[in-house]
Amino acid sequence: MTQAPPSDTARRKSGFARAIEHMFTRNIPAKIAATPMVTTVLVVFIGCTIWTIWYSFTGSRLLPSNEFVGLAQYERLFSTSRWNVSVRNLLFYGAFSLVFTLSIGFLLAVLMDQKIRFESAFRTIMLYPFALSFIVTGLVWQWIMNPTLGLQGTLRNMGWESFTFDWIARGDMVLYALLIAGLWQGTGFVMVLMLAGLRSIDDEIWKAARVDGIPAWRTYLFIVLPMMRGVFVTAVVLVGAGIVRLYDLVVALTNGGPGISSEVPAKYVYDYMFTAGNIGQGLAASTMMLVSVIIIIVPWAYLEFGGRGKNQ
Amino acid sequence: MNRYVLAGAVSAAALLGATAVHAADLEVTHWWTSAGEAAAVAEFARVFEEQTGHNWVDSALAGSGTGANPVIISRIIGGNPMGATQMNTGRDAEELIQAGLMRDLTDIAEEMNISEFYVDETLLEPCTYEGRIYCFPVNIHSWDWLWLSTAAYEEIGQPVPTNWNEYVESWPALEEAGILPFGLASGWPIAGIPGVLIAGVGGSDLVLSINRDKSVDAVRSDEFRAVAEALDDIRSVVSPETMVPSFGDVGNQLLTGEAAGNIHGDWLQGDLQVAGGVPGEDYECLPALGMGDQLTGGGDSFFFPVLPDGTDPEVVEAQTELARLLISPEAQLAFNLKKGSMPIRTDIDLSGANTCMQKAIGLLDNGLLPSGDFALSSDTQQQLQDLSIEFLDNDSISIDEYIDRYASIIESAD
Amino acid sequence: MSNPATISTNVAVDAVKDDLQLSTERGPRPKPFFTTNRIILYSILVVACLYYLFPLYVMIVTSFKTMPEIRFGNIFAPPVEFTGEAWAKAWASACTGLTCQGLSPGFWNSVKILIPSVIVSTSVAAVNGYALVNWRFKGSEIFFSILIFGSFIPYQVMIYPLVIITRELNIFGSIWAVILVHMVFGMPILTLLFRNYFASLPVELFKAARVDGAGFWRIFFEIMLPMSLPIIVVALILQVTGIWNDFLFGVVFAGTQNYPMTVQLNNIVNSAQGSPEYNVNMAATILTGLVPLVIYFISGRLFVRGIAAGAVKG
Repeated sequence: MTQAPPSDTARRKSGFARAIEHMFTRNIPAKIAATPMVTTVLVVFIGCTIWTIWYSFTGSRLLPSNEFVGLAQYERLFSTSRWNVSVRNLLFYGAFSLVFTLSIGFLLAVLMDQKIRFESAFRTIMLYPFALSFIVTGLVWQWIMNPTLGLQGTLRNMGWESFTFDWIARGDMVLYALLIAGLWQGTGFVMVLMLAGLRSIDDEIWKAARVDGIPAWRTYLFIVLPMMRGVFVTAVVLVGAGIVRLYDLVVALTNGGPGISSEVPAKYVYDYMFTAGNIGQGLAASTMMLVSVIIIIVPWAYLEFGGRGKNQ
Repeated sequence: MNRYVLAGAVSAAALLGATAVHAADLEVTHWWTSAGEAAAVAEFARVFEEQTGHNWVDSALAGSGTGANPVIISRIIGGNPMGATQMNTGRDAEELIQAGLMRDLTDIAEEMNISEFYVDETLLEPCTYEGRIYCFPVNIHSWDWLWLSTAAYEEIGQPVPTNWNEYVESWPALEEAGILPFGLASGWPIAGIPGVLIAGVGGSDLVLSINRDKSVDAVRSDEFRAVAEALDDIRSVVSPETMVPSFGDVGNQLLTGEAAGNIHGDWLQGDLQVAGGVPGEDYECLPALGMGDQLTGGGDSFFFPVLPDGTDPEVVEAQTELARLLISPEAQLAFNLKKGSMPIRTDIDLSGANTCMQKAIGLLDNGLLPSGDFALSSDTQQQLQDLSIEFLDNDSISIDEYIDRYASIIESAD
Repeated sequence: MSNPATISTNVAVDAVKDDLQLSTERGPRPKPFFTTNRIILYSILVVACLYYLFPLYVMIVTSFKTMPEIRFGNIFAPPVEFTGEAWAKAWASACTGLTCQGLSPGFWNSVKILIPSVIVSTSVAAVNGYALVNWRFKGSEIFFSILIFGSFIPYQVMIYPLVIITRELNIFGSIWAVILVHMVFGMPILTLLFRNYFASLPVELFKAARVDGAGFWRIFFEIMLPMSLPIIVVALILQVTGIWNDFLFGVVFAGTQNYPMTVQLNNIVNSAQGSPEYNVNMAATILTGLVPLVIYFISGRLFVRGIAAGAVKG
């Protein structure tokens, strides 16, 4: 694992070298125009990644230092129960969030596609949470889920003594509480994406399906859905990026609690880098996040973007 | 309070020889945003503006660890430092000092003869690097307090306990009466509790061998086991449903009698005061859990970052004047009475302080013990905090496992 | 960029353009209003809307209540004693440390950060997308892939190196630093959207302009840009929302004089001055969220249209 990043980088570098050779020979205005992108990629996304990986092998505390400590930061990381819980939580939340966001988004989009009245009102209502930040989302749901003053307290005051909605205070349920808030914020946007995808399906498909007597639900599931690959790609990129970065919502809603049962990796990174002043440890954790993202995304992204690029 | 202010004003004015030629803006960052804290820092600002004619540009950021620290540190590293900043007395900034990013205050310290009046020179240790002084502690805070609600004990018809053991014995009766035996705020307030138990239940020697000597054997001793058992007792009466978001809320629970007790630092007092609580009437305070005769202490310090070249000399002068002023008798008195902390000067009249603070001042004569935030690196503190938070929430972690994990953190502590 | 795809996306653009007049030939057969299926359909949608609206309702209702009423513990109930005090306090007098000016000073700082950041990040991404589609150069797709990958990197990881970079550029602590950071982090998603959108435009337009001898910038300004309104609206909304809601970058990079509104929100909400005032918190929360909300409501239709064009092709 330690060998992979440098060789990967080396391979990329040769790609850049070739790109740079061509830079002054063709399409000069285009290349000038692409300078901000190229610089960002090289300096920020690649440069900072290398920086991150290098310093994760050092004993850097509050300030970066080049004192090489080998895998010590990683050994400590993997033996820290907070980190292991964080990873488990993210996997759990991520899987549920991805499945529910996409399926609820698709389902709502199908419902909205039924020539309903007040479509734009429905759409506006479902989409507005997307304009609010996770901090706001976390605050308002924290308020609703507050066991004494929120929904539970209200219904109990109204006489429904046995009503229980205390997920935010229960270690085994708190991730579902996060999900409720996260889905509230994000599903509307996915619904709009999906709806746009549905509307882009050629009429002829529907006509043919009707001629063949295929029921609408089967048409959606087996004919339309596979044709919406592009929408799903965009949705997965957007939702997936949000999941890996999950931080603000946790801080605002639960702050990792109760106990450590809703901790997530990004919060571990942040806490150890800034609160604990241990950059080496924080960067080791973020390198692990990067490695897992690379393992999941790169082969797929290569097929999706790089591969198709050559076909065009 | 006015008479103290007047008494201090004379000496402070004497200290500040030169008056500013023109007013400079000095930005001061801090995370004192709770009611009591804000009232206290306002005193510093007031004295500074009155005495020097410079402007205190207040830059408050809520949330010490997550909100303020990253900003303060990245601004200093990024070359856009503030004029002055508050941080914990301890090792959070030691690397910034070593990197030469903080201003050397040795001359000011010598000029003011601080060794004459500093209450405990150990406080200056974290500020000292290679014999030079880079920050001024402005107060002494101690976590070692057990706060008890008079209202709650009236309700169950028992006298307010006078030490930890009596307090624990009263829990069944409290629970029966529907009163929370131990009020607790989630998050970092949990982190301070083990340290208090170490001092109160474990004793002064245990504090020194764990915090100062980082002795693993001490963690595996019977004394520490008693500490872990006390923490386990607390675990049995707290639950996430009853935890409140901030320590100020616990203060309110104590005043109303909703909760019977709480272990928290002396700054809780500032909030109790703002909420109208009177010690001895509405609440009782037991330093060192009513068991020990020494307090562990840390506190807040002010740092003055080295300003970039080309900064208006007037601003640098304003830094100097603020540094002098913060430890001047007038500012010390006004600030600490509001903050609920102890001043770092021995030569000021504290007869205006309330009974809790008087108790603390009495214990200070026995010398200060190094608290966890004072002696341990922030990395070690964070790990201990993670451990304690997990332990208090998760009943499946046994006392033995807690001790093992505590020991391994102390073993790797630096 | 084959033609059938282009045409079908254009159909999509047109179709979404006026959703009330969707052609009746496509999609499932239109049905009368009162059938069992319709009732189920509308019930599901209404229930979904209740879930989306409930928090907004709670926020608004709570913000107009007094604290004693809130402690009474009924989050559904409309305020008995309707009061705007919490709003006034949140806007003008809630305290952050020593300054008790509420959210109002932060509002203008946020505007000051928002406008240049949105303009710069959107312009750069538009040019990126255009160059990636119409002016490919060797390695451009690799750069793009890395960019997309970059959108998965947690921001927190980047703060430290970015502090060093902006320090070396001598812009740390100024509005330029925060513009740069927003440009960098907005780039992946925005470039993806612009790239997809430009790819959906008929390539013939571009070719014809090339034949006429128009260069890179002329085609961009005279042909591409005038056609990009829907996707620009999407980009604007994403950026306005993201930048307005940002806390971390504003507070770290923008410098003292420019602390954004979210910093004050954080201070108001997270610093318990006495017992927490939920009504003030909620009012402050709504106030902070107001700008993105208003922009979203004004441009909702264009937003949806832009999403259809920019995201569908993928």
